[in-house]
Amino acid sequence: MTIALIDYRAGNLTSVRKGFAAVGAELFTPSAASDLAGASGIVVPGVGHFGATAFLDDAWRNEIRAAVADGVPLLGICLGLQWLFEGSEEAPLAGLGAIEGRCVRLPPIVKVPHVGWNSLEVVRPSPLLEGVADGTQVYFTHSYAAPVTGNCVAATTHGTKFAAAVQHANVWGVQFHPEKSGRPGLRILENFTTLVRERRTMNDEPRTSNEEPRTTNR
Amino acid sequence: MLSKRIIACLDVRDGSVVKGINFEGLRRAGDPAELAERYNAEGIDELVILDVTATIEGRRALEATIRQVSARLFIPLAVGGGIRAESDAAAAIDAGADKVSINSAALSDPSLVTTLAERYGSQAVVVAIDAKENGDRFEVFARSGKVAADRDAVEWAVEAEARGAGEILLTSIDRDGTRAGFDCRLTAAVSGAVSIPVIASGGAGTFDHFFEVFTDGKADAALAASIFHYSEHAVADLKQFLHARGVPTRL
Repeated sequence: MTIALIDYRAGNLTSVRKGFAAVGAELFTPSAASDLAGASGIVVPGVGHFGATAFLDDAWRNEIRAAVADGVPLLGICLGLQWLFEGSEEAPLAGLGAIEGRCVRLPPIVKVPHVGWNSLEVVRPSPLLEGVADGTQVYFTHSYAAPVTGNCVAATTHGTKFAAAVQHANVWGVQFHPEKSGRPGLRILENFTTLVRERRTMNDEPRTSNEEPRTTNR
Repeated sequence: MLSKRIIACLDVRDGSVVKGINFEGLRRAGDPAELAERYNAEGIDELVILDVTATIEGRRALEATIRQVSARLFIPLAVGGGIRAESDAAAAIDAGADKVSINSAALSDPSLVTTLAERYGSQAVVVAIDAKENGDRFEVFARSGKVAADRDAVEWAVEAEARGAGEILLTSIDRDGTRAGFDCRLTAAVSGAVSIPVIASGGAGTFDHFFEVFTDGKADAALAASIFHYSEHAVADLKQFLHARGVPTRL
């Protein structure tokens, strides 16, 4: 199992790496987009400004899209979740567009940034949130948020109801920080690791058939 | 609903917690990692390590302490005390801190707030303000409360937010160490003037004090040290107390 942790210079990755290590998953940091070819799972972390996602250029997007098309589980955390969407009003940049909708700033009727522990309202069961009960509190720190659409598996309210966890096929995202959310947070990282492992066992040589066309595309 | 955070502060010198610690269960009294683990098990929402040393040896010990504390801790960890330059902040964050708290250095060079926010994001930058009542106003002090900074606390908080601070850690010098209660007037004044969260500090002596600062004081979080050191289930009991009075908490 080789889970790639994408470092696009948006914050420190130590905590995310430590969180995954605690559930038995070692992450590698690809130095170039082409390193993603062998990844069995991909994590896009990130804190801070949406503008930082500019680092994830076409080369990265193409590799990530190809991996997702192959069935590789993808997890966006915080800013990483927002990047999965079409964009954010924080910066005039396109997101990955794997999930429909755009992120908007939280309303000024509450304190922004939204910092601290808030509860998850589970919208529908999902393997990522297995073992995480409705009402569980997790740690957030963000000013922009994703809309509640058909892809939302858990919502949270701060001024408005927003998507706290999303899923579209094998693309997953969490607005909160599972690596900073105590035991339930670690459970979510473990669940993602399980998704990566199960996909490996179901499909032992998943990438070989697609290796050729992807190389040609580059 | 967003919970009001309860934050425990560990005052650390040369790798040991220096404020009174009374836990019978601790094998080595004053071991920060052990204390952090205990608070975590009790349900603390966040931890702050405050370095109370100023020596080079102390700073190195601090990094080791941050590493030990953060190794098995999966809740937010802030580090403050003695962070004077970008390199000090970088060392703390590399060692495992999620946030750094800057005080005197931000007063003497406010651009440091922006520099750190641009490098690590605002969520990683806490501006600590030590304030003392002076007539109708609250005056800011630097250098651990020793030197008047000639700034108004509310105005400085507003400026810190504009420069990129993600949170304000607000300590009442008048109340610190008195156990007479948080300064709710100071906290409410600052909290009402900024949109970023305000952490109240200084004066916690009873559970009622926390209730007051979360209601009258409009605090988003409250920090204390000794109240948690002296009794074994203080964190969990405090949260139950607040919950029963309608204050949103993480139980």
